[in-house]
Amino acid sequence: MTAAPNPNGHADTHDRIIHVMRVRYNKHGKIRFTSHRDTARMWERAIRRVGIPVVRTEGFTPRPRVSFGLALPTGYESTGEYLDVVVDTPPAPGELNGVGYADGRRLTVADLLSQLTDALPVGMQVQAIEFREGRGDSLQEQVTRCCWTFEIIGLDESSAHQRVAEVLDSSSIPTTRVHKGRQRADDIRPAIFHLAVIDSGPNGVTFETELSTKPRVVRPSELVEVMAPTREMGVAVRTKQLIEQDGARREPLSIAATPAPHVIAHAS
Amino acid sequence: MTTLWPQIEPLLPRVQKPARYIGCEDGMTEPSHEPHKVSWLVMYPDTYEIGLPNQGIQILCEVLNERDDAVAERSYTPWPDMAAQLRSNNVPLFSLETHRGAGDFDVIGFNLAAELVYTNVLESLDLAGVPLRQADRADADPIVVIGGHASFNPEPMADFVDVVALGDGEELVGDITEVLHRWKSTGKPQGSREAVLRELAQIQGCYIPSLYEVTYDGDFIAAVEPKYADVPEVVYKRTVADLAEWPYPKNQLVPMSEVVHDRLNVEVFRGCTRGCRFCQAGMITRPVRERPADQVRTMISEGLKRTGYDEVTLTSLSTADFSGIEKVVADTVNDPTGCGDTTISLPSLRVDAFTVGLAAQVSNARRSGLTFAPEAGSWRMRQIINKLILDEDLYGAVESAFSEGWHRVKLYFLTGLPSEMDEDTLAIYDLAANCVEIGKKYHPKASVTVSLGGYVPKAHTPFQWFGQNSAEELNRKIGLVREASRRNPRVNLKWHDSKASSIEGLASRGDRRIGRVIERVWREGGVFQEWGEYFNLDLWHDAMAAEGLSIDFYVTRHRHEDEILPWDHIHAGLHRDFLWQDWQDSLAGHGIPDCRWTPCYDCGACTEYGVEHVVASPVPPAGGSQGTGQDLSAGNWVPVTLSRADRVPSGAPT
Repeated sequence: MTAAPNPNGHADTHDRIIHVMRVRYNKHGKIRFTSHRDTARMWERAIRRVGIPVVRTEGFTPRPRVSFGLALPTGYESTGEYLDVVVDTPPAPGELNGVGYADGRRLTVADLLSQLTDALPVGMQVQAIEFREGRGDSLQEQVTRCCWTFEIIGLDESSAHQRVAEVLDSSSIPTTRVHKGRQRADDIRPAIFHLAVIDSGPNGVTFETELSTKPRVVRPSELVEVMAPTREMGVAVRTKQLIEQDGARREPLSIAATPAPHVIAHAS
Repeated sequence: MTTLWPQIEPLLPRVQKPARYIGCEDGMTEPSHEPHKVSWLVMYPDTYEIGLPNQGIQILCEVLNERDDAVAERSYTPWPDMAAQLRSNNVPLFSLETHRGAGDFDVIGFNLAAELVYTNVLESLDLAGVPLRQADRADADPIVVIGGHASFNPEPMADFVDVVALGDGEELVGDITEVLHRWKSTGKPQGSREAVLRELAQIQGCYIPSLYEVTYDGDFIAAVEPKYADVPEVVYKRTVADLAEWPYPKNQLVPMSEVVHDRLNVEVFRGCTRGCRFCQAGMITRPVRERPADQVRTMISEGLKRTGYDEVTLTSLSTADFSGIEKVVADTVNDPTGCGDTTISLPSLRVDAFTVGLAAQVSNARRSGLTFAPEAGSWRMRQIINKLILDEDLYGAVESAFSEGWHRVKLYFLTGLPSEMDEDTLAIYDLAANCVEIGKKYHPKASVTVSLGGYVPKAHTPFQWFGQNSAEELNRKIGLVREASRRNPRVNLKWHDSKASSIEGLASRGDRRIGRVIERVWREGGVFQEWGEYFNLDLWHDAMAAEGLSIDFYVTRHRHEDEILPWDHIHAGLHRDFLWQDWQDSLAGHGIPDCRWTPCYDCGACTEYGVEHVVASPVPPAGGSQGTGQDLSAGNWVPVTLSRADRVPSGAPT
């Protein structure tokens, strides 16, 4: 399916209605070892295979206008990843949900859910899709907090509770990290909104946490460095990304937004 | 056999690029292992991102998995960080599809595309827990097979392999499987390993090094003799007669992480008869077998739809020679069922304007650089190597390229060719400088990049008798071109490490004694030797000294006509006397035509094997400057300049 050329002759303009398809998906199993860039390429191929007409960027080498949320670190799983796709052809007049083609063919949200999941690798499933008009803020600007679970291998439960208490009781947690080749020091305590033990077993202890993404994304691996620097982190999962609006927190797209069956049997 | 994934998964957060080890490619088959099926582990002994795109491995895995009596999985050599993790945690090398231990497979097959990966074969076998030396393997150990271009001189690897598979593998892997299937169904009784190898030796294309005795007369080989009467004295390669019967890979793998050549590949023909004397690939893959154009079109359009790729490479040794290439390219660019705008890439361009026109048609937007391979700087040298491009051919092609909007031209050259004088070497710079002058007419910033490689003579070519230039001599010649180009900022010179060239030469034309050298280098940690950061010349020199062997004997020495070459008992299609005659013709400056369109000169590739060229067009392609029936002693004028009006407008409606 060739993306139909824009009637204005260029990629997209301010006087034109922008149709954005927001997609929520998850990432589990072996595929978690791919990088954010790898994931972006998987999406580009999946979108081409399904034949979703995407607006292209202007310039010498036009790229499809697809924007991804905050990068998921390589090796992490997720139950709440997002991307925004600027769709080139509007759906049927007066109707926003779905993709329409010049020949009258339409793909409904349910079609898109199943076809995109089929085009994605095992371990990645589309959970919800929502169409909206206008661009709005990008996902990276909107999302201010992420919820995570993570495991510390070999830690016992009582020391886990003690470490959590130490973290929450401290007024500052100075850390240093290398960013763009330079040592940078900052305090991650203000970025920790929540931290608790949720499970423990013979392999280790599982925690849940809520961490800030502004001014930078703080990762669970940094908490492992603070709480148990000699131990390895097991599987970490981004469970939610949150937008703060008018004092309330909400997900960029809730799974309930899509009535269609959002879990498609896929072994991972 | 069970999956090792639970042991592998905890190691992955500790290594670079963990996606190398997960598999999960789109198009991958998870085969169903059953006790009666012969299981193959097909390996590329380099990193995942280099090996994954290899079409040979993907073809063989598909062919084997379609059989009732076989299953096939893939593996690649783990990077040293992962190898260290595997060793310290007692986890063996594993397959990518089902993460099974490599030692549990019945066969481990390696594709050897080049020589510097040989130590990685040893590394992979060791990680698999398989005894390195063939003689130490028990009945239950995997049968170790090598194939691919480098295995046409398998002797340096003779101590480590059970079977050498020569030539096209599509039919050969089936024949090997049938023998092993019978063996497996009898339970591989104790002491039966040599018997099964002798049975494999009866298959055309199967060379079993352990069934041959090599004797020496001082440094020289005195004889290579089969140990048994039923083992053939000369082993002939396999050739697939008709590519149309093998439309593989049907499901090209789409990797989930970044690899080289990350696009759809469609092989348009196999073999090449342009007759460039330095080119091993062009000698050992004869004759030319084109894929029918309709099949090419189907493989492109179905492949793009299935994979979601927006780029396809039409692969062969010289894709502009494919009959009807223009129509295939036009149909692909204009196919409305593709997934968006399709880009086509054409590797191995010929040096002529037809090719530039083709490139202009396929490259709508990015015209950053276009590559040609004149290979030698002077016309005299190009006669020696039978790459019969006149200076004017190159200038015409370059003029077309610059006038078509390209700003940069890249030129590939070899140095250290037979009879090369300093004036020939310096002519490389002159050609490049003249190309810059042509470019300046069109672009103020036009530039030419020269990529200079040290020539390594290869087995089964007319230059197999030629003494390679020493690393010092290659360095000196590279220095001549560097010095000349220093005063011209528009000529950018890049060159290959000549030290690595000498080791490549050692492995290319070595005999069985080099096996001990390879093993020593591996034992001293010499893996990934084709990677600049790991290549270690000292390891090779030390190992040669320890074995009492001389690099000069193997690398820089000219061979005599009556000398027994280590690979003389391997038949790659070409008669030895044809190669010797072509070597003599070369030194006399005589060319040889492309037999696709001119009468047969009986090199042996067709007549010995009962096959022939499969070429749709009875006439050479328009504008082709070589082998087109022109007077080979002088070269002929060919129409090489395109006018701007001729070309397909860029961004033309598709």
